[in-house]
Amino acid sequence: MTTEVVDGAPVVLSARRISKSFSGVQVLFSVDFELRQGEIHALMGENGAGKSTLVKILSGFEQPTSGEILLDGQSVKLPANGAAEALGIVIIHQEFNLAEHLTVTESLFLGREVTRFGVLDRKFMRAETRRVLDLLGSHVDENAMIGSLSIAEKQMVEIAKAISRDARVVFMDEPTAVLSREETNFLFRLVRKLRDKGTSFVFVSHKLDEVMELTDRVTVLRDGQWIKTSPTSILDGEAIAQLMVGRELSSLYPAKSEPDFDEEVVLRVSSVSTGYVRDASFEVRRGEILGFSGMIGSGRTELMEAIVGLRPRVSGEVLVRGQPVSSGDVHAVNKAGLAYMTKDRKAKGLLLNAGMMANLTLQSLGRHSRLGYLDPGSEEAALVKARRRFDIRVRDDKIVAGRMSGGNQQKLLLAKVMETDPGIIIIDEPTRGIDVGTKQQIYHFISALARDGRSIIVVSSEMPEVIGLCSRVVVMREGHIAGILEGDEISEQEIMRYAAGLKRKTAA
Amino acid sequence: MSVNEEGSQGAIRRRSWRDIDLRAVAPFVALALLLLVGALVNPNFISINNLANVATRSAFIAIIAVGATFVISSGDLDLSVGAMVAFIASLMILFMNSGVIADPVLMLLAAVLFTIVAGALCGLANGLITTVGKIEPFIATLGTMGIYRGLTTWLSQGGAITLKEPELQEIYRPAYFGTIFGLPVPIVVILAVTAVAAFILYRTRYGRHVVAVGSNRDVARYSGISVNRVRTVAFVIQGLCVAAAVLLYVPRLGSTSATTGILWELQAITAVVVGGTALKGGAGRVWGTICGAFILELVGNIMLLSNFISEYLIGAIQGAIIIIAMLVQRSLVRKS
Repeated sequence: MTTEVVDGAPVVLSARRISKSFSGVQVLFSVDFELRQGEIHALMGENGAGKSTLVKILSGFEQPTSGEILLDGQSVKLPANGAAEALGIVIIHQEFNLAEHLTVTESLFLGREVTRFGVLDRKFMRAETRRVLDLLGSHVDENAMIGSLSIAEKQMVEIAKAISRDARVVFMDEPTAVLSREETNFLFRLVRKLRDKGTSFVFVSHKLDEVMELTDRVTVLRDGQWIKTSPTSILDGEAIAQLMVGRELSSLYPAKSEPDFDEEVVLRVSSVSTGYVRDASFEVRRGEILGFSGMIGSGRTELMEAIVGLRPRVSGEVLVRGQPVSSGDVHAVNKAGLAYMTKDRKAKGLLLNAGMMANLTLQSLGRHSRLGYLDPGSEEAALVKARRRFDIRVRDDKIVAGRMSGGNQQKLLLAKVMETDPGIIIIDEPTRGIDVGTKQQIYHFISALARDGRSIIVVSSEMPEVIGLCSRVVVMREGHIAGILEGDEISEQEIMRYAAGLKRKTAA
Repeated sequence: MSVNEEGSQGAIRRRSWRDIDLRAVAPFVALALLLLVGALVNPNFISINNLANVATRSAFIAIIAVGATFVISSGDLDLSVGAMVAFIASLMILFMNSGVIADPVLMLLAAVLFTIVAGALCGLANGLITTVGKIEPFIATLGTMGIYRGLTTWLSQGGAITLKEPELQEIYRPAYFGTIFGLPVPIVVILAVTAVAAFILYRTRYGRHVVAVGSNRDVARYSGISVNRVRTVAFVIQGLCVAAAVLLYVPRLGSTSATTGILWELQAITAVVVGGTALKGGAGRVWGTICGAFILELVGNIMLLSNFISEYLIGAIQGAIIIIAMLVQRSLVRKS
């Protein structure tokens, strides 16, 4: 093996010369990987590098085409479909595997309910659930319905589930993608605590800073090949990024361009309230990139959905180029030149079973039809153009959206929204769950759109993104706009102060 | 420079048999097999005459199933179609018997118009109850199924409703028994209805919206599509198809009763599923549906011509076909 000499802790799980092909297309090329007892091992690589496939193979959800897997030094064939949990190998999915209508206790014991004389022993199971949750320092109620929990709490339940099953190896796929900074910190403390007790973690993430902060070793994959395994301490973020991309990353963010002071105000939102959001007012100028920051659950998405008509407004007014738009009418808002790009590309953005073309033109079919008749030629031309403009790369032209990589899905979604030719675009989480290379591209697209005279609102939980892209930043907290920052005020510390409620100022 | 896995594989893949969607082809393969089996069972089976007969008899279900393709593609279900046929056909005959218009030709035209409006209204009722009332389509149309059937029984007072005017009967008869360019009228109607439906589903904005709403309502809503309107219109299309079927049905027998169209909803839904439309919405195949309706009628025909199975078992066989079709459909989900 090409990895460093194994020192100290024994190796729990390892992969030797693993290759994997899907219908003739090879996605892993003789990859080696080893996980020691009590370590947090980052698995990094761009989308399509083969991380997910490797994780699936190491957890039994896929079988390798060739190569072997060793558990405690013994060659094993991992049982399929999650049965590897019995061996102590647990995977915490990006999309949680929790049934909304079960309670926390029921979820924890799902499939291995404890019975006494054939009757469910609810009391014991509740007590055991409480014990595990206390161990994790979580305040989640063991009788709460899963559906009523926040995303962070659901994740906590997943982890509790893993622990209650005596997991030795835990795979976490982008666990922090949906967490706020505080929730992330809590998760990391927990992971460290469990590591110190001997549990091994494989941490799949795109966030370099978190990998630097949390992990002990890093393995980088690129294009299905093993590139390097090394202690995290001897690398820095820049070095990992370079290993992943295989080229120098020039500046991640394009140069900022601020709109002129007297540029036309294209969007004016005044005193908009919904069930949760109260009295939100702000305005956007032509060619401006306005950032929206804040904790998860601070009401940013709700406000944006109310602005574009996906959610009813209780009060307030939205003016697009001086013209008021009615509440709850997405179609009219689109027509007025305001478009919203959802953060949930899989559930709300794309038809996963449909091809690229059906997705691309879904929102703008009017542009391709005469008297209701759709012109396939015109749609195809739009697809060719969009693929070139947004650099959408696919192996097979007829691929369905669900089989595209996250980065390409995101580009397709952006292309779809841009097909309506909006003057103002609200982009909710522009780069969630996509790789560094594609992130950079998306930043450049956003910047180019602004230079083109369009206005963009970027809603993001990744602070560097907001700071790197935006000339003004609105910070929300608990349904209110806590402050609007400009120029030198835009920094992580300052945004944090507003987001955490330490500071607030009224809208300018 | 390769940023993405997909990019590095850039070359265009050769077209191969893998590219054929088995689900789209399966019903036609099944049809071919069935024709083969039929020919082996009875040499008369394969004659043009017999096949044209089978196609003619499949017309009611085929036309209703075309409408059901829209409803099912948009993610809903309409169980009321069989009862709706009985109800609208009864209304049509009662209207013609009422004698409000003396001239028989004018009377017939008015009755046709009346039937079409009645079908659209029945469909609209189903659509509004489902969307505005926010009731599961299964329950909503189960309810209207009871209502339409009950109203038919009440209108007929438990007996039959029969077209009285012989002159009207005479003018109307060719609508089922006549031919156009040598083809029986019902077959021409099937082809026309299907062609229009295929055009709407595949070549218009509305058709694209139906499929989008059926495969993911959230995506459709976030794309600015008015989901409830699309769903309601699908129910109205279903109602219009039922009306079209009634227009063929009435000249055939000139009579309806409380048992008219019994279990037609099962046959229509079976035809749609056999035709390859996904029952959970999102993929409509109109020509497949027609093929499915034809298959159902062929099975009955083969049972009649052979002596292996009692023809009284036909309902059971049709029930079995829908289950088998679902199993086949699931196993054919593309696993590229």
